[in-house]
Amino acid sequence: MTQVNRPLILYAAVLLAYLLVGLTQSWTLALTLLCDGLIVAIAALGVNIQWGYAGLFNVGVAGFFALGGLAVALVTMPINHEAWSAGTPGILAALAFGAVIIYLAARVYRSKATEITRLALAAVLLIAGLIVFRIIFDPAVNAVEAVNPASAGNIGGLGLPVPLSWLVGGIFAAGAAWVVAKTALGLRSDYLAIATLGISQIIIIVLKNEEWLDRGVKNITSIDRWPVPEEFSLQQQDWFGGVANYFGADVRTASTIFVAMCFASVLAAVLLALVLLAECSLKSPWGRMMRAIRDNETAAEAMGKNVKQRHLQVFILGSAVIGIAGALYVTLHGLFAPVSYDEPLRYTFLIWAMVILGGSGNNWGAVLGALIVMLIWGQAENLGPAVFQLLTAPLAEGPLKAHLIDAAVQMRLPMVGLMLLLVLRFSPRGLLPEK
Amino acid sequence: MDFLNAIVALLNYVVVPAASYGAQLALGALGVTLVYGILRFSNFAHGDTMAFGTAITILATWFLQSHGVNLGPLPTALLALPLGLTAAAALVLFTDRSVYRYYREKKVAPVTLVIVSMGVMFLMNGLTRVVIGVQEQNFADGARFVISATQFRAMTGLEEGLAVRTTTVITLVTAAIVVVALFRFLNRTRTGKSLRAFSDNEDLALLSGINPDRVVKITWLIAACLATIAGVLYGLDKSFKPFTYFQLLLPIFASAVVGGLGNPVGAVAGGFLIAFSEVTFTYAWKKVLAYLLPADLVPNVLGQLLSTDYKFAVSFAILVAVLLIKPTGLFRGTSV
Repeated sequence: MTQVNRPLILYAAVLLAYLLVGLTQSWTLALTLLCDGLIVAIAALGVNIQWGYAGLFNVGVAGFFALGGLAVALVTMPINHEAWSAGTPGILAALAFGAVIIYLAARVYRSKATEITRLALAAVLLIAGLIVFRIIFDPAVNAVEAVNPASAGNIGGLGLPVPLSWLVGGIFAAGAAWVVAKTALGLRSDYLAIATLGISQIIIIVLKNEEWLDRGVKNITSIDRWPVPEEFSLQQQDWFGGVANYFGADVRTASTIFVAMCFASVLAAVLLALVLLAECSLKSPWGRMMRAIRDNETAAEAMGKNVKQRHLQVFILGSAVIGIAGALYVTLHGLFAPVSYDEPLRYTFLIWAMVILGGSGNNWGAVLGALIVMLIWGQAENLGPAVFQLLTAPLAEGPLKAHLIDAAVQMRLPMVGLMLLLVLRFSPRGLLPEK
Repeated sequence: MDFLNAIVALLNYVVVPAASYGAQLALGALGVTLVYGILRFSNFAHGDTMAFGTAITILATWFLQSHGVNLGPLPTALLALPLGLTAAAALVLFTDRSVYRYYREKKVAPVTLVIVSMGVMFLMNGLTRVVIGVQEQNFADGARFVISATQFRAMTGLEEGLAVRTTTVITLVTAAIVVVALFRFLNRTRTGKSLRAFSDNEDLALLSGINPDRVVKITWLIAACLATIAGVLYGLDKSFKPFTYFQLLLPIFASAVVGGLGNPVGAVAGGFLIAFSEVTFTYAWKKVLAYLLPADLVPNVLGQLLSTDYKFAVSFAILVAVLLIKPTGLFRGTSV
């Protein structure tokens, strides 16, 4: 295989695999997997921008992904007027107050007093600030959560258009990335990993517990699935019935497939745009500088490049892309379920496995890896138990066999781990190596 | 009298729980910090090593219980612990031989080893899930309290009770024994000194004839034992659930970094610092304040600075603060 057609062949093979799933199992399944695959491909692109371009190690993908989703809920949901009159201004005031306190503490810490005094003053300021914050914040939260708790009980949204929320999703994730990067960049690479792991756990805990923000474990449903029509309204249309008849499918299945195809096209368009942008930046002087920094930081620094600033930049950019992916994910499913993000193994490490399998440093590789891993992941859900059933067939019926078959459902994650280790060991440059 | 009551309440709800949690974190952080000092990477599989060792210990405990073996007032798990230690040590040595050794010999960048350790984490996680499942398990048996709150009240005549749980005492005693033994080993024995020499300066250690394979093996052995002991103590004290052990990774790393990665004394201090901060920030202070303040000054809220759901946020905040102010940690770790 020559270098030129290798990507083409691999992409064609993956497409064929998706088609096979559609032909042999169901088109709904194939398209659902494809939509999820395209979304995680965007997230994988974000990880690749951080890891492949700059060697920055982000273990907090799940958190940034969830923040993007939160943006969709906050931007597109209709305005909750009752909550605004009940306590939303109080919550916003408390948050603003908190920001001011943190800023002041930072100022105090940077002042010229002796180290002990500065530290003590900043700590006292922060703890006193926290107490005052709770005094403003708690009543406002209780007021908001008391408004219609069965269906709302949160601050609602802004009622703005969906595409804007995707952008805001990127901005939210970028903001969180800025906080992490400010503390951990410039130190050992391990520290960035630990810090990102921490921030993502905290983001998810916040999303799960703060009901005024996103209804916590009660989930936000009926989020606008722009720009695609609803399945139900499609089923009512006469012309659509005609189309369904023409393909010999019943109207309900046809509507699901149609909606999924529309989404797949939208997602593919966004993905393509982002990949092209990423490719252009990689080929520009900026991209060459990034790779130079990654390959030899000391030399790049000697050439007058500001390594820390560039790392900050690329870390924020990559996180923003992950945030956009998270936003698209919520729009696709029309649901924001904070609990579902509490699977760092799935959201974070699956995406890592995609990037490494695809080829770190190669954007097209990351996308390819995402499509492949998503397909395996989706298929393993059905195949895993079947394989275990087969393997345990010689065993006598009993608690051990039942236990093993139950455990088969859990085998997806270790499989991904094994794949990660095998790729790292035997083909560390991935399927589509960096040129 | 009120003052004494306040002190007892403080001891009962803050100092004692934080001390035992701190001891568990300290043991976990010691393992992380040793691996970091000698193998020079942050081992993300540490939480799952803890979970695996604990899972095997629980299985052995169940086996012993089903045969009517127990330790009287002490939990049976202590009798089962050696098997858990052996299993965890065997697993860790096997992963080192099959996975880490290749990268060590190639002298890859530490960040690659971190990614590799994540792959190992996945596998260990899956292994634990297959062995014991994902559900929560309680395996503490024996006497629940050394002194119960009622006994304490009867003894002292105070309003507040101080309950001392058996698991707390076991945690503190075990942790003390393990830490003292570890430090004696590191400071007094020839092997321990070679470990420290290797951690300080690898090239110099090699030049003076220290066998690197042996050092690495012993490090893994100690790390696996520390992880299992920490995991079993945590499980006895609270309960065992594989996902909780993954989540413990954050406070454990925070403890190790706060104390200075690579520095064992720092790891112990960091563990207690993190534990005390977590408990202090998430404890509802109303009870203690009610004894100390005049009745009309007592706030009518719980007086809890953060809800207990946010205890990880406390360790993270401390981690961030230390990284900003003193990235080498309070006790100056080996590297930045």
